[in-house]
Amino acid sequence: MKLCGAAILIECLIEQGTETIFGFPGGAVLPIYDELYKRSDRIGHVLTAHEQHAGHAADGYARVTGKTGVCLATSGPGATNLVTAIATAYMDSTPVVFITGNVPQSLMGTDSFQEADISGITMPITKHNYMVTDVRKLADTIREAFFIAANGRPGPVLVDIPKDVQIAETEYVPATGDALIPALSASHPMMQLRPVGAALERYKLRVEPYVAQAAELVEKAERPLIYFGGGVILSGAERELAELASRIDAPAVSSLMGLGALSEESARMLGMLGMHGTHAANIAMQRCDLLIAVGVRFSDRALGNADTFAPNAKVLHIDIDRAEINKNVTTTLHITGDAKTVLDLLLPRLEKKEHPIWMRQAQSMAEEYLSNDLFEPRKILKAMSELAPAITVATDVGQHQMWTAQHFPFIRPRQLVTSGGLGTMGFGLGAAMGAARALGEPVVLVTGDGSFRMNLTELSTIAYYQFPVIVVVFNNGTLGMVRQWQTLFFGKRYSQTTLDRGPDFMKLADAYGIRGARVSNEQDFRRVFAEALELKVPYLIECMLDIDEMVAPMVAPGSPIDSFCLN
Amino acid sequence: MDKNVRNRYTVGVLVSNEPGVLSRVSGLFSRRGFNIESLAVGPTQDQTISRITIVVLGNDSSIEQLVQQLYKLICVRKVRVYDPANTVERQLVMIKVAANASDREGLMRLVEIFKAKVVDVTRESLTLTITGDVEKVSAMVELMQDFGITEIVRTGTVALQRGNQIMNSEIFDL
Repeated sequence: MKLCGAAILIECLIEQGTETIFGFPGGAVLPIYDELYKRSDRIGHVLTAHEQHAGHAADGYARVTGKTGVCLATSGPGATNLVTAIATAYMDSTPVVFITGNVPQSLMGTDSFQEADISGITMPITKHNYMVTDVRKLADTIREAFFIAANGRPGPVLVDIPKDVQIAETEYVPATGDALIPALSASHPMMQLRPVGAALERYKLRVEPYVAQAAELVEKAERPLIYFGGGVILSGAERELAELASRIDAPAVSSLMGLGALSEESARMLGMLGMHGTHAANIAMQRCDLLIAVGVRFSDRALGNADTFAPNAKVLHIDIDRAEINKNVTTTLHITGDAKTVLDLLLPRLEKKEHPIWMRQAQSMAEEYLSNDLFEPRKILKAMSELAPAITVATDVGQHQMWTAQHFPFIRPRQLVTSGGLGTMGFGLGAAMGAARALGEPVVLVTGDGSFRMNLTELSTIAYYQFPVIVVVFNNGTLGMVRQWQTLFFGKRYSQTTLDRGPDFMKLADAYGIRGARVSNEQDFRRVFAEALELKVPYLIECMLDIDEMVAPMVAPGSPIDSFCLN
Repeated sequence: MDKNVRNRYTVGVLVSNEPGVLSRVSGLFSRRGFNIESLAVGPTQDQTISRITIVVLGNDSSIEQLVQQLYKLICVRKVRVYDPANTVERQLVMIKVAANASDREGLMRLVEIFKAKVVDVTRESLTLTITGDVEKVSAMVELMQDFGITEIVRTGTVALQRGNQIMNSEIFDL
């Protein structure tokens, strides 16, 4: 059947099972939007207020479902507005396909209206990108883009489609099942992203000796510690992780991106590691004699000082990305591969072990909180988790994000949606609406007054679509995390961090036609939050907090991970 | 390992022959903080594959990281860090030297010693080409400075492994 490029694109998205596109129209994607209009029975679209948040929404959608998110924007400014969203997805390994229109090829390179070299711009922040110059290659390019985004270590892929390619016609041959997988030789790097069948068997044979060595390391360890990250969630290896922890009787710590992969209700879970990690996690790291790192990349925020990190430990590193091995921490032994595949090979080789003394030591280092009457972030998060323990929580970036990581006990994978690697203020509301669209149930966004200013324009989107996003703004009238650093490291010179200005968030909620409540005690918060959960509508809850509230514990950047500068 | 140690490595990269490949590869070098000393690129006997040869400064662990990062590029098919003992490396340089009749005899003697070639002669100038490894080429260039170099152009280093060893994108390095 002969179709134009724009129609082929839509058919290819339907082939991939795409239910929703997050996007914003413009001149260079008019043919695509026209086809979308005709195919609205098969594929939905969420119109955001700004392309960046469409990108974050596609990212949030992917994070909560594990499916590949799709985002669509026009050329030039539409495309450049995606840059932050693409970099965010790249740093956190989220599968998102970004589609941009571009000016017709006849105008390309002439600085024509709304022209930008988006494939050049996004080269360093995409897993791969394409500019389609021939409509006959379009369908296979889209299929490759989805394959690359989702396989191996996931990541964003951008496909730039000039307008003339959208209009040109060619024969479209529908594909399903195996035909969706690029037809390339087994040696092609793209195919090595997903070893299946014979290739998988070859892989298993190849790593077997290393798995045996790993089992030996575990056997000899007296104080093993598991350090897990987002790779476990991406791989769906949470059951294997729990089995590993219980089989070898080891405590476990998490990176920010790993939270929820092992339930925080587990006695073995010591909490998050790193700059704002728990005492128990950070101290256990310095005392363990074997570190079993699964699906982590040893980020500087988790390591503190790389040279003094886990000084007594041998390091066994399991990661799908070979480039993460020996990048920040030198390993004793590594196994490159998908976390679930590798753990499935390792577990049968492990004897049941018991480390009662080590477990007791590790658990005994947990901090205790003093009770008081103040309205504190910790109490809000505790109340939230009591009222909705399994709710999906999105965050922005800053103090509220770290408080959420510390005080909301995550009990399942994909429960926390946060910008860990890039640390993108303004990520949250878009991500939350993508999550709400995917799940069809309430999602809470914990944000700060600083971050919220960066995305509050999207209140119009959650209002229009009635996404059940409960926006909880921690309003302390400052860019709190920066203020905290100014307090600690810059002599309390609060340069450009005080937000002593509007808007009035309650009036804002009113203007967008959504419910709002301002609370300054725990009791009121509980009442309003319960109401929001019940109503399943957009809701804005503003929590009035003290400007000098700090995130503790804290380790100064570059310091050993157990030397806390704030308790 | 001392992170400040800097050695010279020659890296061969087989890539898919498609638009943008060179900027993907060179962009990765600059983004990860590697300085390219020289770069040479050209097609291979397989029309779908190009070969890039890059000389870069680093240490063993930074080069390991570089290789693994290169493999993450979808366009990269094979990467090899050459072992200097088992590799033949060549550069080509063209030098235009100011040379009148009286200089010419001295120049010609050097041309002979270095097995260079004269490719163009005028009353005031002489243009030479010389191929060899970096050291030989550099030594020649230095001697030419005595005569006055008016123009110089140098290719990047290219390299092949000695003997029967080949780099083949169809064979896995496991």
